[in-house]
Amino acid sequence: MASQQAPLAAQMIDVNKWYNEYHALRSINLEVARGERIVVCGPSGSGKSTMIRCINQLEQHNSGTIAVNGVTLTGDIKQLNLVRQDVGMVFQHFNLFPHLTVLENCVIAPMTVRKIARKDAEEMAMSYLSRIHIAEQARKFPSQLSGGQQQRVAIARSLCMQPTLMLFDEPTSALDPEMVHEVLETMVSLARDGMTMVVVTHEMGFARKVADRVIFMDRGEICESAPPEEFFKAPKNERARVFLSQLIH
Amino acid sequence: MRAGSVDMDLITTFFNWEVLVRSFPILLRGLGYTLMLGSVTIVIGTTAGLLLCLVRLYAIRPIQLLAIIYIDVFRALPILVLLILVYYALPFVGIRLDSFTSATLALSMVLAAFTAEVCRAGIQNVPKGQFEAAASLGMPFWQSMRKIILPQAIRVIIPPLTSNSISVFKDTALASVVAMPDLLKQANDAQAMMANPTPLIGAALIYLAILWPMVRLVGYLEARNQRATTR
Repeated sequence: MASQQAPLAAQMIDVNKWYNEYHALRSINLEVARGERIVVCGPSGSGKSTMIRCINQLEQHNSGTIAVNGVTLTGDIKQLNLVRQDVGMVFQHFNLFPHLTVLENCVIAPMTVRKIARKDAEEMAMSYLSRIHIAEQARKFPSQLSGGQQQRVAIARSLCMQPTLMLFDEPTSALDPEMVHEVLETMVSLARDGMTMVVVTHEMGFARKVADRVIFMDRGEICESAPPEEFFKAPKNERARVFLSQLIH
Repeated sequence: MRAGSVDMDLITTFFNWEVLVRSFPILLRGLGYTLMLGSVTIVIGTTAGLLLCLVRLYAIRPIQLLAIIYIDVFRALPILVLLILVYYALPFVGIRLDSFTSATLALSMVLAAFTAEVCRAGIQNVPKGQFEAAASLGMPFWQSMRKIILPQAIRVIIPPLTSNSISVFKDTALASVVAMPDLLKQANDAQAMMANPTPLIGAALIYLAILWPMVRLVGYLEARNQRATTR
């Protein structure tokens, strides 16, 4: 697709969203450059998840413009399915398909959506699975894996669609503490490979390590957007300061 | 002595071996119709029910409302009433259906309504995250239904679906009212002809022989699901 050469992986212009009376996103303006790694943080209910879920339209915005890889979303379902093929998403609760094996989880979308032959799809899946050190579990079902393993498989499943942009919606929040590390490690290596990533997370260590930019949200607004060293040293926004002071134990 | 002869009377009346043997070919012919009516109804009713359920869940609002009305009406209407309407009332508007078609139509329409509700419960039982994961991979609606959602829903749906199928299979006996030569009708005719109720007992035993294992199967499937969900 020519649009993949678009300089911006995603762009939101004056995006608003309401849940009935509740104003969930207030005039969001966001540009995600190709290759950029953005960490989104903020108190719960601040609209972080809603914002990234608008990018692949798991939530529909009520006003404003969203463009992904240079394609402005029109609400047309065919166009949306095409856009989604290039936007991977990793969920808090993994959302692996429980009736399929690890390998089948990884090949089902490439085969049905991208029409890739089974043999090629499996080859690609196995290469991603070995990169996350899980190839030997390929024939198992998700329920037989630990949370950390499941989340890594979910990342591999997304990668098998060869997305140009990856969205992470609190990928480590549902994990036992000892499993957070392995998932973050996978995400760090993905970042090192140059993947464009928007990550909603409370893992500030991850933000320091890989983020090009940290975005702080509160009450549906983007309050601050700065490189991590600036953001963590001296946040300009008062609410960001309060939020950070509560994070540092 | 007296008690003994009463027993003999009971047996020669209700379990008259000779009558049973004589009526057996007739009963088998009836059974053929019953099986055919039952299986055609189950296939049509279940397929239509699944489609109806998808309409009920995912069509645009006005069409959804039509599906809801259909489902409500056909769950409320007694099958016998519907069958008699189809067979005896439709001819007044020029639609003349034979008894097999009438019975298939009436039974399928009702089964579809019940199936739709069962399928709806099964689909709604699949966590929202599964729909979102499929959507986020760019899978179109029908593909995610077929490959992701329905295979998960089916596990929950199968026992009540089997149960509905048993019920509709039993209701095939209603077709005798519109003169379809099903098992019950044949038994009833044979009883009249031979002046002995044994064919009716025979018919009852045949219904039992077919449906009892099915009833046990539902119990087994439900128990298996129970184990799977509590694991």
